[in-house]
Formats: sequence, structure tokens, C-alpha cells
Amino acid sequence: MSAAIELTGITKRFPGVIANDNVNLTVEKGEIHAICGENGAGKSTLMKILYGLQPPDEGTMKVNGEEVRFSTPNDAIDRGIGMVHQHFMLADQLTVLENIILGAEPAGPGGVIKFKEAEAHLATVAADYGLTIDANDLIETLEVGERQRVEIIKVLYRGADILILDEPTAVLVPQEVEALFENMRDLKAAGATILFIDHKLEEVLEISDSITVLRHGKTVASMPNEGVTAHDLAELMVGSELPTPATEESTVTTEVALAVRGVTVADDDGRPAIEDVNLTIHKGEILGIAGVEGNGQAELVDALIGTASVSAGEISLLGEDITKLSVRRRREGGIGHIPEDRHHEGLLLEAPLWENAALGHQTQAPYGSRWLINRPGARQQTEAIKAEFDVRTPNIDVSAHALSGGNQQKLIVGRELTANPTLLVAAHPTRGVDVGAQAAIWEQIRDARANGLATLLISADLDELIGLSDRIVVMFRGKLVATVDPDTVTPRDLGAYMTGAASQNSDEGAAQNSDEGAAKNSGGPS
Amino acid sequence: MRSLAFNLAAPVGAFVLTLIISSLALVAFGSNPIAAFSDMLGHASELETQVEILNRATPLYLSAVAAAIGFRMNLFNIGVEGQYLFAFIVAAQVGSLVSLPSILHIPLILITSMVVGGLFSGIAGLLKVTRGVNEVISTIMLNSIAVAGLIAALQARWQPEQENFTATTLGTAPVDESGLLPDANGLVELFTPEIGQGVELTGMIFVAAIVGILYYVLLNKMRFGFDLRASGLNPFAAKAGGVPPKQMIVMAMFLSGAVAGLIGMVELAEIGRFPADPIQGLGFAGIAVALLGRNNPGAMAFSALLFAFLDVSAGILQSTQTATKEIVNIMQGIVLLAAVIAYGVTKRIQTREEAKATAEALREDSNDTVGVLS
Repeated sequence: MSAAIELTGITKRFPGVIANDNVNLTVEKGEIHAICGENGAGKSTLMKILYGLQPPDEGTMKVNGEEVRFSTPNDAIDRGIGMVHQHFMLADQLTVLENIILGAEPAGPGGVIKFKEAEAHLATVAADYGLTIDANDLIETLEVGERQRVEIIKVLYRGADILILDEPTAVLVPQEVEALFENMRDLKAAGATILFIDHKLEEVLEISDSITVLRHGKTVASMPNEGVTAHDLAELMVGSELPTPATEESTVTTEVALAVRGVTVADDDGRPAIEDVNLTIHKGEILGIAGVEGNGQAELVDALIGTASVSAGEISLLGEDITKLSVRRRREGGIGHIPEDRHHEGLLLEAPLWENAALGHQTQAPYGSRWLINRPGARQQTEAIKAEFDVRTPNIDVSAHALSGGNQQKLIVGRELTANPTLLVAAHPTRGVDVGAQAAIWEQIRDARANGLATLLISADLDELIGLSDRIVVMFRGKLVATVDPDTVTPRDLGAYMTGAASQNSDEGAAQNSDEGAAKNSGGPS
Repeated sequence: MRSLAFNLAAPVGAFVLTLIISSLALVAFGSNPIAAFSDMLGHASELETQVEILNRATPLYLSAVAAAIGFRMNLFNIGVEGQYLFAFIVAAQVGSLVSLPSILHIPLILITSMVVGGLFSGIAGLLKVTRGVNEVISTIMLNSIAVAGLIAALQARWQPEQENFTATTLGTAPVDESGLLPDANGLVELFTPEIGQGVELTGMIFVAAIVGILYYVLLNKMRFGFDLRASGLNPFAAKAGGVPPKQMIVMAMFLSGAVAGLIGMVELAEIGRFPADPIQGLGFAGIAVALLGRNNPGAMAFSALLFAFLDVSAGILQSTQTATKEIVNIMQGIVLLAAVIAYGVTKRIQTREEAKATAEALREDSNDTVGVLS
């Protein structure tokens, strides 16, 4: 019997990055196959290729033994491959049935939709796969887990028997995860093949029959789920060797720059996105936050820079309580911010460079004052940033979108660092930039650290995290679960903490230990 | 030189395109395009017509600035219409109740109109930040509330008792002469002494000019204007950069409405009361003028003049029977479309040129690569 999916030598390049490098993947019929890997390991790209959203540059794909070539998702659906996206694509005001048939309505003469027929077909599909759903409920009345079930049934309704689930548990609470796993087992019993992406290792071990691990766009392991431990997986995901930290004099001082005490931030649904977070950063110190993306890092940044309000706890900068201050007051008070997505939160793409340099500092000299913009001052400062941070541009009047990503990022780093902040909140400061710009940005951050800058560094790039940080705390499901020393931590431990396979009694590690400078907490998890 | 050519390419292209399509439209209607155009131009060369065009362009320009303040922040204030009519009736009534020296009376009326327009528009801003109501919906509804509700009610209430009503005495009570902005005929007389026979250039033209200058200063020199433009270009980056989004929305809507409030003051200065049937439609026309002038204070002045010229030409085409007056509305639509197309094309070329220039600056370092993993 041929495999449900067989990918051989799949390679996909983006300018400057190889997202998938000779990836091989075999998924047998009727199995649940997990794909894990860190952010940026190439999981999503691989799924997009499989679902016909992007063509591969090289390699062959076989579905049920036949070689295929998809140019649109419709081609994939025709071959029985359906995808359930992480973010649901449902119309709230329509019923379950209406959402399921949307785009594939069975229409009779004159375009009249045959609802009865559709409902009967839906009932058959649901019964076949053991899924329960009320066809006439409005989507807006459903819980998150139920909406996900609607998405799954929608795919089955179109005749798919190979399902791709993109991080299906990311949006679910634990009980909903259990229900999803029940459904997945039923689907499997009914003959469906499931390919799912996840980086929560205990979930992967619980539900999957086989596991494939990707790292840096390559397949590093593909094995049946027998005798595999979470620690093994963590090590495979993170790599067997961690980069060695650049040995440098510690510049950590005893003066506390940022103190976060018991901070909780609620997400849109009122669930805590981060809970009871405690941390301290000293002048001259870089505190790294490790963690799989989506575990509360973005909300922590929002709480610090003031774009999200905290529901409990206190944030203080140089001993002054800033919990209630506006974003502008915090910026004036000495908080710099390198946003995780420069296009979304960092730049005015259609505005000239000098206006981009002023953004966030327009109330302060030399860019401006409370009332006026100081155009000559702002331009002069931008020229200085251009020179000092090596922003390659013909002049400072071109719009920001004309610059390459690396130069845009250098401009942002430059505008934040030249303002001499007390605290720099840097989220993925070198994401998507070339090697040269990356080295330059790291150098600039190190220099600022030597001059007493306190930095909160969030990064998915372990080279960066370990290379720059004086201390690393690990964030998992909105909590700080461990503090580790970048000099001595092992990939096995770091991976285990990041994926929730282990934890320290860690508020202690995160908060109290910090007063001693670098925590000496390098022992293995219990 | 290159950039000048760029800047001229769009308007010239739009103008040529408009001439061609308008001619085709005229032919389709069975008129002679050359005769129609020469009629319009011949008429516009007369002094009286020119004053008429300026009088029409003044409220159009104010209306365009009002709309543009919102546009720069991606706020679509469709409510200029209701804002100016409501501000007009309240300011006219307030002005009629007091008797003051001109130096106080005129500013009182102007400020009243701005405050009323601003507050009325501010309602839409408040609804947006507190309840998430889209400003397009709320301002359209506020238009109906103003025109069909408030103004109708106030007109009935403020109509003074009279023995015999005539068309010219309907409306609110007359404002004393001291409250009426004097005409600007002195300005015309600087160029030619031949004005006078019942032709008056509105004094509001000075107010409109000041508003235009303040609009320029606000956007280009003031921190508030920087915040406003940043919010329009990228609200998320603006927020992360310390711009308070809610305050900005309320302030921008207030300012937009305040400028809108001045529109009706042109008519007030001319007739001294809120009449039974005030000039309507200026709010909507202003949106078109702002679009054509691309929210630029100078360009909007030109587009206000163009629209005013076309409006005034409608009358002459009607009277000389060279073409139907509706052709003017068609031409206004065409010029707008042509401008959007021409600016779109030049913008694309400009962006490409800019990227090329930047790439050249980078050439010495050829290993610069960019990529984002998805």
C-alpha cells in the first residue's frame, strides 16, 4: 500500500533564506503524524506547499502513490487534502451548515440552494467520522473548540480524507484539547489521515503515531512514536549543540532599571495571556526571554511599553511606578522599543526616513517639542543615525519602503538607541535581516549595554539569545517557568523548559535570584 | 528637474484625459465640444464670472479642508454637510440675538460656527472611540439628524413673527450689519477698478486662505499634525510610538467639523440670515475637491477653483443652449477619475524609481539579502 503523502527532496527558497532544504516526509494512510519544530523551522512553509498555496522550487510530491503538482488549494482539495487553519475562517452571523457549504453550495435550477440535501450530506459525513454538531447553530454562539470542529467538518464535507491541522491546540484550553484529541482518534478510526503541526511536546507524544522534527528547514528526524521522550524531542528541535556565548566582561550593575512585580495581562477573551510575571533587569544587563512564540511574549512587551493595560501587578522603571503611564510618557521616561514586526508596528512605510526616525520621539529634542516638529533637528539626527548605524540609503528623504529589510531594521535600532533609553524592549531585533546587518545590530546592542542600557531581549533565534543575554528566563503559557545561565545551559534542558516538558519552581528563579545578577541555575530539570 | 516633471505629469495627464473624455461625452449628447468649451472659457474671462467663481470656490475649499483633515487620518468624515448646515443655523441665530461692535460680533459668529460644527462632528468621534461605531455610518446618520431633524425644528422655532412673509425674509432673524463680514472688493480693486455693480467678492475668501495656511502649518510644522499623519499612515506604529489613538480620533473629528462650520458663513456674510433653503451639497462636493487636490492645501485651492468654474459654467451652458448643464456634473466626475488614474500611474513609477535609487546606494555591498520565514 502506498503512503498517503510522500514528499521527497522538497526545497523552497525565499530571498536570502532557505525555508525548506531537501525535506523528506512520508505519512502513512490512517495515521496521525505530528510535525514539530521551532518557529522558523519551516513547518508552515511545508504545509503551504502541501496545500497548494506555494509551489516548491525543487522536489516531488506524491499523494496516494501518484505524483502531483498543485498550483492552487483547489488542486489539493481535489486530491483529498484539506487544511484547518490556526485562525478560523468562519462567518459569525451564519449557521454551521451555511458556513460549511459556503463556496461549494449545492444549487438547483435558478441558483436555489438545496439546504435539505446539504444537511443530509453533512449528517452523513458527521456520522461517518463520529463528530457531533448542530447544523443550525449560529457560529457566534459556539465555543472555540466547537468552531474548530466546524472547520474540520467543513474540510471533510468537501471530501478530504487527509487533514492538515495547523497548530490546532494553540487556541484551545486543556479540556478542549482533550475533546479535539478524542475527535482526532475517531477520525483516524474512520480512516482519515491527519498531519498536524504542534510544538507542545506532551501533546505530540500523546496523540501521534509518528513524528517528524524539522530544524532550520531540514528534516532532522522522522520516527514512530515508540519509546520517544519529550527530552529527546526537545533536543532534536533545539539542536545538539548550543552556540557558545561570546565571552565578555559582565557589565551588569546592581542598580535596578526595570522591576516587574506580579503582572497579569488579559487577552481579548479575558483569559490571562501572561500571569503573575516577576522580573528584574539591572542597568547594563541583557535579560533574554526564551520560549516558543505565542506563550505570552508579545503581551509582556505590550505591558512594558504601555500598549496593553495590566489587570494586576506593578511595573517600575528606575524605582518609579509606570504602570499607569501612557505609551508616550513611558517613551519620554526612557523606554525604547524594537517591535517584533517592523512593518506593522515600527515604520510609516510611505513616509520619508527622517519622519520614521522621529516616530516615537516626536515630542523630544532634537526631533521636536510638545507643540512643534523641529524639521532641521530631526533631519540632522537622521543623518547621524544613517552614518552611525550604516543605514544604506541615497538620502533621508526616500520613503521607508524603498529600503531593504536589514536597513529598515538598522534605522529602527538606530532611532531607539540614539535616544539613550534606560530600558530597551527588543523583540526579535534581527528577524529577517541579513547576516551583516545582524552582526552590526548585535554590536550596537552590546555597546549600549556597556554604557548601562538595560535590555529585555525576546528572540526565537537561540544564537542571538545565548550570544547576547546575561541571563535567560523561559516563558511558557504566559508564565516564567525557569531561569537559566546562558553559559551552562544544555539544549536538552532549554528545549524541555520551552516546550513545557519540565519546569523549575520558577518564580523564584525568575524574580528573586535576579538580584544576584546571573542566576546560577544550570542544573537539569527534575 | 526630474521631480518637477513627475509632479506635473499627473495633473497634465489628468487634464488631457478629461478633455478627451468630456469631448466624447459632449459629442454623444449631440453638442459641439469646441463650442461648449469656448462658451465656458469666454464666459469665465469676464470679471463678474471670475468673482462668482471665487465666491463659489471659497466654501468648496473650506469643505475640502474639513474633509482632508479626516482623510489624513483615514477618517472619512461624510458628515461635513450636516455639520455646516447645523453650525450655520445656530451661528446665524446667535448672531441675530446680540448687538456688538463688528470687532466682537464677527468673531463671535465665526467661533460659534466652528464650535458647533466641531462638537457635532465630535459626536461621531466619541461614538467611534467609545462604542466602535464606524464614522462613515455615524456621520451619514448625523447628516440626516441635522438636516431633517434639528434644522427643520430650529427653523420653525426661530422663524421670527412677520406680517407678510416673502422669500427673502424667511429663515432666522437677520443679523445686524455689524455681524456681517465685509466684502473683499478692495482685493479686486487692486487689480482692476471696474468692480462694483452689485458684484461682491466674499470676505470669507480671507478666512479660507487663513484656514489653508493653518492647515499647512498644522500638518507640516506641528507635532499634533505629525501624530495625525502618522496615525493615518500606520495606526499601529503610531500607537507604539506613543500617539494616543482615541484622543487623536476625537480631536481630528472635532477639527474637521470646526472647519466645516465655517462653510455656511460664506452665505451668512452675503445674505445675513439662515434662509429657508440654504445652499446644500457643499459638504459632499468638498469630498471630491479634497480627493482631486490630494489633501494638499495648495492643490485643493486649484481643484476648488476648477469645480467652482465648472459649477458656474453650468448656468452659461444652459442659457446659451450649447449643451445641457448636466454635462458639468459629468465633467466633474471625469476629472476626478482621471486624476485618480494619473496619480496612481505616476506614484507607481515614482516608487519604482526610488527603489532603484536605493538599490544603487546598496550596490557596493552585494550580499545584502532580505528574507522572512513564514
